[in-house]
Amino acid sequence: MGLFENILPPKERMQRLFTWGDAAALLLIAVLLYGGVRLAFNAPAEIQGPTIRLEPRVLPWYALLSTGRMAAAYALSVLFALLYGRAAAYNRRAERVLMPLLDVLQSVPILSFLPVVLLSLSAILPQKVAVELASIVLIFTSQAWHLTFGWYQSLTTIPKELREASDIFRLNAWLRFKRLEFPFGTISFLWNSMMSWAGGWFFLMAAEIFTVGARDFRLPGLGAYLQEAANQGDTRAILWGIGTLILTIVALDQFVWRPLLAWADRFKLEMTESDQPPTSWFYDALHNSALMNALGRRLSPLGERLDAWLIRRSPMRMPDEAARKRNGLNILLNLLLGGLLLYGGVRAAQMLAALPIADWGKILLGTLATLLRVAVSLLIALAWTIPVGVAIGTNRRLAAVLQPIVQVTASVPATAIFPVFLLLVVNLTGGLDIAAVFLMLMGTQWYLLFNIIAGASAIPQDLKYTSALMGLKGWARWRTLILPALFPYIVTGAITASGGAWNASIVAEYVEFGGQTLFTTGVGSLISQSTASGDYPLLLAATLSMVLTVVLLNRLFWRPLYRLAEEKYRME
Amino acid sequence: MTNGTPLLELKHIHQIYTSGTRKFTAVEDVNLTVQEGEFVALLGPSGCGKSTLLRILTGLQKPSEGVVLYRGQLLEGVNPHATIVFQTFALFPWLTVLENVELALKARGVPPGIRVPRALDLIDRVGLDGFENAYPRELSGGMRQKVGFARAMAVEPELLCLDEPFSALDVLSAESLRGELLELWTSGVIPTKAILMVSHNIEEAVFMADRIVVMDKEPGRILSELKVPIPHPRQRQSDEFRALIDEVYALLAGQTQPESVELGAAPGEAGRIRSLPDVHIGDLAGLLEHLAEKPGDRDDIYRITEDLTIDSDHVLRLTEAAELLGFVTVAKGDIELTPLGETFAEASILARKEIFASRIRRLPLVRWLIGMLQRADKRSLKSEVVKIALELEFPPEEAQKQLDTLINWGRYAEILAYDDSDEEIYLESAPEKVAA
Repeated sequence: MGLFENILPPKERMQRLFTWGDAAALLLIAVLLYGGVRLAFNAPAEIQGPTIRLEPRVLPWYALLSTGRMAAAYALSVLFALLYGRAAAYNRRAERVLMPLLDVLQSVPILSFLPVVLLSLSAILPQKVAVELASIVLIFTSQAWHLTFGWYQSLTTIPKELREASDIFRLNAWLRFKRLEFPFGTISFLWNSMMSWAGGWFFLMAAEIFTVGARDFRLPGLGAYLQEAANQGDTRAILWGIGTLILTIVALDQFVWRPLLAWADRFKLEMTESDQPPTSWFYDALHNSALMNALGRRLSPLGERLDAWLIRRSPMRMPDEAARKRNGLNILLNLLLGGLLLYGGVRAAQMLAALPIADWGKILLGTLATLLRVAVSLLIALAWTIPVGVAIGTNRRLAAVLQPIVQVTASVPATAIFPVFLLLVVNLTGGLDIAAVFLMLMGTQWYLLFNIIAGASAIPQDLKYTSALMGLKGWARWRTLILPALFPYIVTGAITASGGAWNASIVAEYVEFGGQTLFTTGVGSLISQSTASGDYPLLLAATLSMVLTVVLLNRLFWRPLYRLAEEKYRME
Repeated sequence: MTNGTPLLELKHIHQIYTSGTRKFTAVEDVNLTVQEGEFVALLGPSGCGKSTLLRILTGLQKPSEGVVLYRGQLLEGVNPHATIVFQTFALFPWLTVLENVELALKARGVPPGIRVPRALDLIDRVGLDGFENAYPRELSGGMRQKVGFARAMAVEPELLCLDEPFSALDVLSAESLRGELLELWTSGVIPTKAILMVSHNIEEAVFMADRIVVMDKEPGRILSELKVPIPHPRQRQSDEFRALIDEVYALLAGQTQPESVELGAAPGEAGRIRSLPDVHIGDLAGLLEHLAEKPGDRDDIYRITEDLTIDSDHVLRLTEAAELLGFVTVAKGDIELTPLGETFAEASILARKEIFASRIRRLPLVRWLIGMLQRADKRSLKSEVVKIALELEFPPEEAQKQLDTLINWGRYAEILAYDDSDEEIYLESAPEKVAA
């Protein structure tokens, strides 16, 4: 049997579900959280929130404030994505550290960080600045990983011959970015940006309405306006608020994203003309205006000068040579970082060890309760999105009517209307439980629906004909054709959806509403409660537990499902 | 045109890849000199490392061992005096024809006042006047490659490298583009000092080059070099042209060796392992049927490419497979059916399967796999396990190819069964003795 000893797969060949890189990334997160919690000890016990006015005329200002926070966080995210993605794509050693880190960060429930970030920042910064910064940091963390991952993927999928052509024709880093990387990655970057903005609204609204106990972290903006309106039961103000929010989102879509998409269509890689290019009336208007064209003519010599200057300044270097030069510094930095991590890890462990057993019991119970809620909301979402998604995806006429409605409804961040919904159910028994599941549902179902629509419309026509010819009907048709074809899409949608549901639990399980504090059992509720009471070890433990639970769920449940979907059910 | 000054010299170039603890040689000890004024063709079957060599000699890739000298100087980094025309054109799809050609000049800091007229002039010279503002997607394959040529010549390279530039084009565009390139080259209107073309098309190499460097695979190495003393324009039907083509085929197809040499060793045994050529059984049967219709059951290999309109690379792979299975013998560029091959060509579907099965059971790789399956639980193995075992002998990509071919052939012969959803290889139920 000697032969078999040789040919059994060595350990590193098996695609492992959990690697050292993951452990290091989790440790880094634990240390960061610990640092935040240490700072939080000095946070003021009482934080006065801003006065939120309800006259409709303040709405433009509030809308501007909210959009400004989004824009600032987005700008940061883009910068981060471009630099980080580049480092990971072109430096093999950096890639080995950066990619697992990004992978873990991507699956961490961002909102669980909100209390720690808020508390630690208010301990070191003036109140107003701290809260503003916390909201921006939060939105940044919700956008940056996704964008970075997309950019990294673009960079690594640039066709080999285009890269070789860039080498042989000696494009320097700037020209390569301008002529190769940017055009190649820009379309997917735009789509990712749109997704990130949609997600960003969700987190911004949550950050704007965050209040625990005597600490009112609210920010003047659309989210706070809606919450205050619901608090006071002012229906007119609620309607004004929702109207403004929708208007803001639609305006951004029409005046920013659509024109950008229409413009970016020129960067399609396909060597054939596409039959349905994205269009934008605003882009067409700009494109045809004499003023813009004159401006363009003025600017083009400037661009030429900039290119020439940059080409002179930094001639082409092979990426390998560039990386090798900084080696010595890298080792030193790594050592320093490693030491810091180790020290922080030990301190965090000490803090956790001091936590009473009873608290761990609460965390376990809370995690299970939240897990149950997430599961229920996912099941409800699946129950309605599969039939509706298939109906829309396979029927063009229905799609034409429903698609725009669904898109506008989906664009309203669930966290913004959460207080309004709360107003309706607050007096029912188990009202907060219903509201929590509702918020999770609102935050999750759209991902599923859009994925299922995409999956249903991608079922090949010839398979549909074949199953019709075979006389497949009803359940048999679903089992042999529709469900297998949808499986990869459902899994992809459900992964994103469950991530969203975990996030929602922070806002949904503990609320200050109409002067009273409502909470239910759950890990999100524990995080908020410990923030309110200043029980920082519990805050650290609860946040870490949530992060760990979600990361493990991703690795042990979703990832194997995803792999199965990719390998077995993907249609090519 | 040769004036005896070496432009480019490759000295003892080795390219070695490591995969786990194993080392695989992609290019072995290549020595090559390109003189000024020469048109050299690198010719060989796919996998012989000729494209790797092209990347090494332009500086896109560093060799594991050996040096590249350009005008006697050690080459470091990308050679600024060389350009490449790519097989898949490698045009930037978001740039117009003009912008694509201009880009190479812009990267060298040529100001717009000079580079635009020069780019326009080149576009004009390759015959794309009027298409300056078209995007690549609006052009046919042949026109796209003309942009590729214009872009490469825009930087006035001394060494023009062509990486199978005509193989992605249809027959007519390829033919006209070859003629146009030769005209530019022989008339001396371009400042190019030497051309180096990678090709797997034998006729193309003989038609264009002054010297042909013939390479072979496993490991990639230079087999032989031959001069093409025929003046341009060359006539394809002329006797000397055909004689040269025959000579190259004879070199590449080799000569049928005694069976023990042909079959090689099994994995784990001493000696070279003969890899299975990647061919489909249907194509192989087609080749044998074609030969059976010929007088004397024999033909010139190069004639087959013409009769069956398939490229020389494919014919050589089919020939290799047929030779390995004992269906044909090859000598001096001629291929002849053996009695067994004749039987196969005339047999029914089931009889063909039987003949095929009995033949592939003799192949050491197949014997090795059957032996492993017989010793395994339930006489089945995960394909991943077999692949890993093959990776001890072949580089990862080649191991995958070998596995695919093994499964493909074994399935046709009804020796093996394969379940794609479990990725499991089974021995077909009828128990068989392995020939020792």
